[in-house]
Amino acid sequence: MPTFVYMTRCDGCGHCVDICPSDIMHIDTTYRRAYNIEPDMCWECYSCVKACPQYAIDVRGYADFAPLGHSVRVRREEDKGTIAWRIKFRDGTEKNFLSPITTKPWGKHIPKLADVPGPNKDMRQSQNLYNEPKYLRMDEGGLHTLEAAGLSMKEGVYY
Amino acid sequence: MAYKTIVEDGIDVLVVGGGLGGTGAAFEARYWGQDKKIIIAEKANIDRSGAVAQGLYAINCYMGTRWGENNPEDHVRYARIDLMGMVREDLLFDMARHVDSAVHQFEEWGLPLMRNPKTGAYQREGRWQIMIHGESYKPIVAEAAKKSADQVFNRICVTHLLMDDAKQNRVAGAVGFNVRTGNYHVFKSKTVICAAGGASNIFKPRSVGEGAGRVWYAPWSSGSAYGLMIEAGAKMTQMENRIVLARFKDGYGPVGAYFLHLKTYTQNCLGEEYESNWFPALQKMVGKEYLDPEVSHRTHRPIPTCLRNHCIINEVNAGRGPIHMVTMHSFQDPHLEEVGWENFLGMTVGQAVLWAATDVDPKNENPELTTSEPYVMGSHATGCGGWASGPEDVSPPEYFWGYNRMMTVEGLFGAGDAVGGTPHAFSSGSFTEGRLAAKAAVQYINDGKADGIRVSDDQIERRRKQIYAPLERYRVYRNEIVAGDVNPNYINPRQGLSRLQKLMDEYCGGVTVNYMTNEKLLNICLKKLKIMEEDLEKLAAKDLHELLRAWELKHRHRTSECVTHHTLFRKETRWPGYYYRGDYMKLDDENWHVLTVSRRDPVTGEYTMEKAPCYHLVGDLEDKALAELKAKEKEEEKQAEPVVGE
Repeated sequence: MPTFVYMTRCDGCGHCVDICPSDIMHIDTTYRRAYNIEPDMCWECYSCVKACPQYAIDVRGYADFAPLGHSVRVRREEDKGTIAWRIKFRDGTEKNFLSPITTKPWGKHIPKLADVPGPNKDMRQSQNLYNEPKYLRMDEGGLHTLEAAGLSMKEGVYY
Repeated sequence: MAYKTIVEDGIDVLVVGGGLGGTGAAFEARYWGQDKKIIIAEKANIDRSGAVAQGLYAINCYMGTRWGENNPEDHVRYARIDLMGMVREDLLFDMARHVDSAVHQFEEWGLPLMRNPKTGAYQREGRWQIMIHGESYKPIVAEAAKKSADQVFNRICVTHLLMDDAKQNRVAGAVGFNVRTGNYHVFKSKTVICAAGGASNIFKPRSVGEGAGRVWYAPWSSGSAYGLMIEAGAKMTQMENRIVLARFKDGYGPVGAYFLHLKTYTQNCLGEEYESNWFPALQKMVGKEYLDPEVSHRTHRPIPTCLRNHCIINEVNAGRGPIHMVTMHSFQDPHLEEVGWENFLGMTVGQAVLWAATDVDPKNENPELTTSEPYVMGSHATGCGGWASGPEDVSPPEYFWGYNRMMTVEGLFGAGDAVGGTPHAFSSGSFTEGRLAAKAAVQYINDGKADGIRVSDDQIERRRKQIYAPLERYRVYRNEIVAGDVNPNYINPRQGLSRLQKLMDEYCGGVTVNYMTNEKLLNICLKKLKIMEEDLEKLAAKDLHELLRAWELKHRHRTSECVTHHTLFRKETRWPGYYYRGDYMKLDDENWHVLTVSRRDPVTGEYTMEKAPCYHLVGDLEDKALAELKAKEKEEEKQAEPVVGE
């Protein structure tokens, strides 16, 4: 639901402007702080809320169907690999949730494919992709082909 | 205007759109083309862009062959049943046989996949879905793409593909502008992998005012995959096959985990099961082959998504709405309650916000469901997209022209929403399609197919003028009026979007007409879209943000036009619950067991429509259980016959 920015917390750093997938977090030229310029193109994806170092961005449910008096706050900690949510209902009920966001140190286990041994001619001519066939089943089996799957082309055409 | 022209030359693989399809493409391209120049052009910031920007709580396409769960051909059957027969089985089979290797890599990269503590296998949500803690799904795959690409250009709105001036119907790159600096970007490339998105917001949404942002598919999914490819003269397929979703009301929170994992179910306002009441009449519309509740019940064959929508729509129209999701039983279990909430927080936070705002606790009450406005995309339970070549070892001649996932424009490849006839790819399947396209694109270059490409200065200059025209128009006419947005010389992008949504809704089968259309309505629709195209030449943008919206609108408009042509062409109601052709209310296998293919002539703007064969790779029998069942039925019939005779 549309985001808004607290005047006293925002320092105009622009992290939200940089991350917003919808290009709707902009810096107000008078106040030098961020705001949502187009609430009806906001998907409440929380990308800007998570990215704000000052916790200055919050969300107020869409005016056309969400009554006032609720809050859903989030704290995403990349170094800990966790995300914490607090949901506050209009009637005051609270719910808290904590989930992992990654199981590995950030980016360390993603290979740089420019540096791995490159494919040979046979691999180029096969149907396999990088790391296949091994990663298909984490065993020594091969890729499924039509024949291997016992399949043949069947006419299904009616004009 | 003092915007610079920035030319990026000598690119081998240009990836347009850095979502799940694009990240898969860029990642894989580096392996097969270690010496190649790989560039990504992304409209937003690749760390949080595309439909998965917000995260996902499940990977909806995973075979689990490793655990002995499913084989690729099982998935082909499933997708075919769900789409009422209309799929590209070669592309589906190809995606399904590779998808697990993508998922296994995601786990190695750090994506938290849940495990079933008893079996050690991934935690299943349903037969095809596995559960994940996917808040950082997008940043993780973005990291992989960044490690492979030479450069990622963020905040570039790609407006057009560049075409080769030396050889007809061959791609030569793309152009666009930087949403921040305004600079004109020219990417000269040997191949282009179109991995841009499908379309939200082309049919009027149920929400009004501020709430219009709460669409099911991301509001930034502007149909650019289709806008770019149609403009370049690529053939499109199954564009009539838009999707309507049954979701939690207003928030459009996902229901998959609720149905499959939490074992919730739906009922009407009287607390009654309603679906089966509509099946007999529905069976008359679509035939027993497509809806056989008894067999479905006994063999766990799923009822197609569109047909379940049909039941909701009709039950509500009969005055027994709202439809409720019965959550109160499951949510008494604290573990399942946690899963239910985290499901929203992981991918549709807005639904949690809405329930908090309205004090809906699914433990204490059963939330409402509704059917959404239609969406045009190609990776969920729908298969809109480009007409792409399949893999060499699987595809019949009509589906194969040299390179896997290459469109009918040479050197133009697709992934994700861009590829037609491949529903149920979801995130992992889109990433996989990107990988397949990348390998083929590198091969295309190595085979010398991209040699001798020439892009004239004239083409580059022509596109530049077109791109900035809305800014110029605003500058010229703005001061003719005192203030405000009402101007006889132009419309702004928001005004144009409202017009598009209204006419698509009313004439092409949106929510306000209960998804109903016919030949007369569709012809009016085309006429209005044509007039709108003239007005789009008079779009005005007061700044770069509005210029972005202007080009998104043009892509949405082109998508809508194609959707309307396809809807007009297919003279049957193939997917009741997605849309209805009032003049042909039955499914017609005799004439329409075919895929629809269109091409828009880039010069004249005329569309040609054709039927393409719909091949079935796998047999009609859904699984062993059904085969046994049918054998048993035959046996019983045989035994029963003499008795009848007597």
